[in-house]
Amino acid sequence: MKEIVIISGKGGTGKTSITGCFAALAENAVLADCDVDAADLHMLLAPQVIETTDFISGHQAVIREDDCTACGVCMEKCKFNAIKLTEEGKCRVEPYSCEGCKVCVQVCPVNAIDFPESLCGEWYFSHTRFGPMVHAKLGIGQENSGKLVSTVRREAAARAKELDKDLVIVDGPPGIGCPVIASITGASLLVVVTEPTISGKHDMKRVLELAKHFSIPALVIVNKWDINPEMTREIEKDTVAGGAHPAGRIPYDRSFTVAQINGRTLVEEKTGPAVENITTIWEKVWQTIK
Amino acid sequence: MRIAVASGKGGTGKTTVAVALTLASQEPVVYADCDVEEPNGSIFLRPEVDRVEKVLVEVPKIDESKCNACGDCARFCQFNALVSFNTPPLVFPDLCHSCGGCELVCPTGAISWRKVPIGEISLGTSDGGRISVIQGKLDVGGSLAPPVIRQVKTYLTDDVFTVVDSPPGTSCPVIESLGEADYVLLVTEATPFGLHDLKLAVETVRELGTPFSVVINRFDEGDSGVEDYCASEKIHIMVKIPHRREMAEAYSRGGNLFDAIPELLDIFRSIPERIEKGVGV
Repeated sequence: MKEIVIISGKGGTGKTSITGCFAALAENAVLADCDVDAADLHMLLAPQVIETTDFISGHQAVIREDDCTACGVCMEKCKFNAIKLTEEGKCRVEPYSCEGCKVCVQVCPVNAIDFPESLCGEWYFSHTRFGPMVHAKLGIGQENSGKLVSTVRREAAARAKELDKDLVIVDGPPGIGCPVIASITGASLLVVVTEPTISGKHDMKRVLELAKHFSIPALVIVNKWDINPEMTREIEKDTVAGGAHPAGRIPYDRSFTVAQINGRTLVEEKTGPAVENITTIWEKVWQTIK
Repeated sequence: MRIAVASGKGGTGKTTVAVALTLASQEPVVYADCDVEEPNGSIFLRPEVDRVEKVLVEVPKIDESKCNACGDCARFCQFNALVSFNTPPLVFPDLCHSCGGCELVCPTGAISWRKVPIGEISLGTSDGGRISVIQGKLDVGGSLAPPVIRQVKTYLTDDVFTVVDSPPGTSCPVIESLGEADYVLLVTEATPFGLHDLKLAVETVRELGTPFSVVINRFDEGDSGVEDYCASEKIHIMVKIPHRREMAEAYSRGGNLFDAIPELLDIFRSIPERIEKGVGV
């Protein structure tokens, strides 16, 4: 089984719209949305949820105020500044700042701190018109997005095996940090979607460094290439210099927005100049990993 | 006043708006780039960098002559950053949150700390010194953005107008960058993806209790979903930026919003004053 992960470094380059097209073009794939922080792929694929599972990960400190003597030892030892004194003179954990390290629980001299597991979000197994899909929703301000990403990938791979699918297509998160690393380690191929802007170029180079760091082959698509043809050429040069291969160019095409408004992929809409390019690019991607 | 510019979805124009707000200011202003995974503000503000500082985090160092291989540290660590099989522990620095717990539970005092770099902060100025640019940047292969963001924030003060460029999304790095902001501008675009992610961002900011309003970028390119949503939720729309191909082209070369749409300068100039008067609170 192969796994393709679509990432971008910079947000808003068309990563999800292109992933949607790949989903429509692939013949026997499981789809996975690992952009768990701001997932959008479901808006194109309209998944019907079959199973919902709570994502419980890590713990959170909660002080029982009745038992707290306000000695302040927890505040002193907390490296995240997550414990504040309330107006009533009690210690209280600020949930958004707590990283769940358990140090306060350990140091509290009167055992006044509970440490329940935290519900960080949920993940889903669904059916779409292009095949099965695993996706998730991270709770607001939650830690552990990397672990949720790993869960989505693991489940998608398990379903692929079970259902005799030969491919997993993953929509990755933006950036280069923890959730991105969790999305790409051990993948068969990265498809990087960038745009011909200084920011796009800058962020693509960082993503390619990351690909190199984890020894994963990468293909690069320049979306909206005609916004700046010269920059497109520079990006394609940097692609080769960064150890990756250009996969092709896609012109600026408002049909992407129209397709999104209609809740469909561009491949289904079959309008605008970009469709042909995407189809050719998908062939190239598929040939690369087949 | 500290204004954080944020967005649920990436690529909606967050940096464009943060840079425009910075350039429009007529007083001294600090631009803090907290989008440390992909910091791009400097591309448009072109600061002269005076100083670069490493962001260092502490990770445990094991003194094997003192370690009795009890494994208490590995059992205590909530992040699996220490692993012990009846041996002195192996340390995985990438997973460590520097909480200090392992040292606390070690019965033999075998744990001390060493500093490892995970990113850097560059400090510079632009426009003859009027604009201070503080940029945080996470090293490639580094996974924890919040410590880099926390270090950027140590350079910020309350007495100067400050624009914080936040990372996209709603998870821990975003919460870290929005903390202590007096006001949040949520940038979105007029598309279904833009609307969906705006709703997540609104939920986040409402949880934090910070006053906010919305900037709609390319408002005339998609549908009316975002405007309808703002109307029904009684969310103030601070600015609507039209879609112009010239803007996309200027941006691609590192040009700013006012290079493409000069008439927006006065509108951006008035934003801090409108916020002070309580618009969108």
